[in-house]
Amino acid sequence: MATETHSAAGNGLADAAGVDGHELATAGPGMPQLDFSTWGNQIFWLLVALVVIYFVLSRVALPRIAAVLAERHGTITNDIARADDLKRQATEAEAAYEQALKDARAEAQAISQRTRDEIKVQVAEATAEADARIAVKSGEADKAVADIRATAMENVEVVAKDTAEALVAALGGSADATAISDAVNNRMKG
Amino acid sequence: MATEANGAETGGLVFHPMDQFIVKPLFGDGPIGMFTLTNATLWLALTVLAVVALMVLGTSRRAIVPTRSQSVGELAYGFVYKMVEDVTGKDGVKYFPYIMSLFMFVVMANFLGLLPMSFATTSHFAVTVVLALAVFLTVTVLGFIKNGVGFLGLFWVSSAPLALRPVLAIIELISYFVRPVSHSIRLAGNVMAGHAVIKVFAGFAALAVISPLSIVAITAMYGLEILVAFIQAYVFTILTCVYLKDALHPGH
Repeated sequence: MATETHSAAGNGLADAAGVDGHELATAGPGMPQLDFSTWGNQIFWLLVALVVIYFVLSRVALPRIAAVLAERHGTITNDIARADDLKRQATEAEAAYEQALKDARAEAQAISQRTRDEIKVQVAEATAEADARIAVKSGEADKAVADIRATAMENVEVVAKDTAEALVAALGGSADATAISDAVNNRMKG
Repeated sequence: MATEANGAETGGLVFHPMDQFIVKPLFGDGPIGMFTLTNATLWLALTVLAVVALMVLGTSRRAIVPTRSQSVGELAYGFVYKMVEDVTGKDGVKYFPYIMSLFMFVVMANFLGLLPMSFATTSHFAVTVVLALAVFLTVTVLGFIKNGVGFLGLFWVSSAPLALRPVLAIIELISYFVRPVSHSIRLAGNVMAGHAVIKVFAGFAALAVISPLSIVAITAMYGLEILVAFIQAYVFTILTCVYLKDALHPGH
């Protein structure tokens, strides 16, 4: 028993700790922590363990974790910057869309205004043309009526002379044409 | 074991709360020499393996979105890094790997020591004294290298009245040399006391009447010990940071 080999060294300590003598023989010192014969062993292996942990951490683990954390920080920063950029682009696109919409509306209004004006001009032109044509036509008609009226008066004169001649002839007289026409003309003036 | 046979002979309640701390050779019954493989060696090795598993294998994928083990590794890294930076300032950050090694060793050893049938390496003064002395010697040497004789200003309280200063210097000097003692006994004492108390409660479980209460008590103690395992590692590390700060900036 390893404990038994150290029991002699531990007796004093065990007594101080109040462990009864019967147990002492088998249980060894009261506090194994104060069994200095194991200290060399523990310290040696502890130093080995610490050196291994130090080298593993400082050479492998800590640089790796630092790199991962830095990379993550970079990624997050980049992502936020990109998100901001995209947001800005979206705002710009919206503004551009709105501008385009406004322009299109204005253009549409201009086009419709222009069309309306054109149509108005065309209508005015057509109306003027039609008026002119109507004036020409009515002038012609007036002239035709005047002509007809004039020819009618002439015809009346001819008919009157012919009738008078025929009347004279029927009454058994013979009259020369000039006398008859003078008489008719006088009559018509009268 | 002879002790167990002895306990069975006498009957009734048998308490061997300290037996769990006995250092035994793993193979055979020979005397323990410097390089003998003992249960302490085994659990020191397991501590190293646990640290390697968490900090190296756990982070081996270097994922941007960490896995669970990588998360824990990063958490430990961030926790200690922030502690070093906050306590010692920017110029203390270059000692971060040393402090991180100490913290990872102590916290892993504490938690592994809580496994049933395990051996708590940090319950041994041999271990904590070496840790505390390593910190004490490093910090003292570093203090003199960085500040020369000015490091002694740590003991000369310039804000106190002149007459009081020599008295304060003696007190400061004593408190400085007590540091490694309290630093090491605090850790080993806490771990040892918790484990011993659990063992005592376990001893009471031999009485059928008390055993349910005993089991409840063990469970409660175990929960407390989990807390203590972490807190003591934290305290050990932050005290190391404070001592390091004193070495780097000895003014009060």
